[in-house]
Amino acid sequence: MSIRRKWATFWRTVVGRAYPRVIGMNREKSWMIFDVFLPLLQVGAYVFIYRAIGAPPEFTGFVILGGAMTAYWMNVLWSMASQLYWEKETGNLQLYLIAPTSRMAILLGMALGGMFSTTLRAAGVVLVGSVVFRVPLAVAHVPAFLGVFLLTLVALYGLGMLLASLFLLWGRQAWHLANLFQEPIFLASGFYFPVRALGFAVAVAASVVPITLGLDAMRQLLYPQMMEGLRFLPVSYELGGLAVLAVGFIALAWKALRFFEDLARREGRLTLRGQ
Amino acid sequence: MSGIEKMKAQNSLRARGSSPLFVRGRWLRATETWRSLRVAAWLGWQIESNWTDPFLFAIYSVVKPVAGALILVFMYLVVARGGLGNPLFPFVFVGNAVYIYVGAVLMGLSWAVIDDREHYGMLKYMYAAPLNVYAYLVGRGVAQTAVATVSAGITLLVGVGLLGVRITPATVNWGLLVLSLALGLGMMACLGILLGGASLLLAWHNFRLGEAVAGSLYFLSGVVFPLDVLPQGVQMLSRALPTTYWLEAMRRALLGSGGNATLAGFCDLGILGILGLCALGALVVSVAFFRWAEGLARRRGLLDMQTMH
Repeated sequence: MSIRRKWATFWRTVVGRAYPRVIGMNREKSWMIFDVFLPLLQVGAYVFIYRAIGAPPEFTGFVILGGAMTAYWMNVLWSMASQLYWEKETGNLQLYLIAPTSRMAILLGMALGGMFSTTLRAAGVVLVGSVVFRVPLAVAHVPAFLGVFLLTLVALYGLGMLLASLFLLWGRQAWHLANLFQEPIFLASGFYFPVRALGFAVAVAASVVPITLGLDAMRQLLYPQMMEGLRFLPVSYELGGLAVLAVGFIALAWKALRFFEDLARREGRLTLRGQ
Repeated sequence: MSGIEKMKAQNSLRARGSSPLFVRGRWLRATETWRSLRVAAWLGWQIESNWTDPFLFAIYSVVKPVAGALILVFMYLVVARGGLGNPLFPFVFVGNAVYIYVGAVLMGLSWAVIDDREHYGMLKYMYAAPLNVYAYLVGRGVAQTAVATVSAGITLLVGVGLLGVRITPATVNWGLLVLSLALGLGMMACLGILLGGASLLLAWHNFRLGEAVAGSLYFLSGVVFPLDVLPQGVQMLSRALPTTYWLEAMRRALLGSGGNATLAGFCDLGILGILGLCALGALVVSVAFFRWAEGLARRRGLLDMQTMH
């Protein structure tokens, strides 16, 4: 197969796998209400905790931003990391494996489709949350904010692609581990409070999840004065860290996918359902 | 006694449920209910726990709720003056720990219906077998409750041991604790079955139902903040929810005070009375609703519906 044809197949696969994410996730309009309304309940509860203890209004903004990023983390866990497990359970995985295309293209398509659908939901959380709770949202440096946000997403979905490869081996563990990676990550990455509160060493360790650095940088760009004494690292360092994570995760995902697919094939786990 | 009189006497006995056939039928139903409950509890436990070794399962059961509680601790530490000594902290911590039951039982029971129907494809076989599906679902809830008890217990122990939440055996109101826990768990099991009944009829939204209800209760019942900080209209809605009274009772039993000024007018007995009424109401409504939902699901052919897998 010529290089040109290989690339054409690659991109067709990416578009083909992203399509059901974009169309499917938005086909049932009422899901959107659930996707915006459910995170807002948690966000609302945390906003009222901050209000009850007399926190400055910027903390409400911290919570809303964290709540919006929750949508991305949940999407990475349930629709990226666990996706190949679901495909195995529904009998689609073998179809992926016999298709004459790159598995990375399938993962990339899942990531791009997931990013688009989740962005609609996250935007809904920020919009509704900022109106309901009257949060000041004024970005001083829009290009820097957008740069941090996009780099966070690339690194995050790179991690999702890596986790998808790892989860390929697992059965029901995949479901439970995705479940386990919720609250502990919300805690370690500082979804609802500045991560510096956990101490420098823990924040460094938690930076393996790109949302840790991304959220801290976005909070610094949104509320520079409030974050003066609460920031983890300067924004430029965090941008550098995110770039390293993005490249590292995508490269690792590529290697891991080959390795774990081969291992799963040898151990007969690719078609084993209901483990 | 004439033949006619004998026949009348026998009919009267039968009508009172004392005929050997009737008694045997009732006995069979009782054993069937007990067996359904017992086996479902065992099955629920296997589904919950046998995906890994006991050590990893223990870590899994503990890490998640403790991390959830620590989020609140750090939110508190970042802002609150006086650190964890602030009187609001035990209120928040205990509310969050006992809410583990609400999430586990409500979401667990509605998810059991979806899992059995759509993932394992077993629901139709249950209806073809001599078992009581209502009791079966209660049994599935027993396993969820057992895991939730461990999680809530360990979260509270972390609070007492490491974070200075003052709960001592001498200060706990044990009577109130046991009664409110029993009434609350019974009520939540009934609400869970109500959601299970609704899940039988729903296609696209069933997997979100438990999450939506549990999330709404988390916010509206004042799990992690006093109801007094809510707007007046929302407070009225909160006062109409049984979980609000359950959390108040649990806090009073463990901490000595419910912490909600809006419920301060109720004495402990009054709160227990409301809980008892709610539990009774939930039982009646859940049995009636589940039977209705089952009938409708049979008529519409929804018992083996596949919408997700």
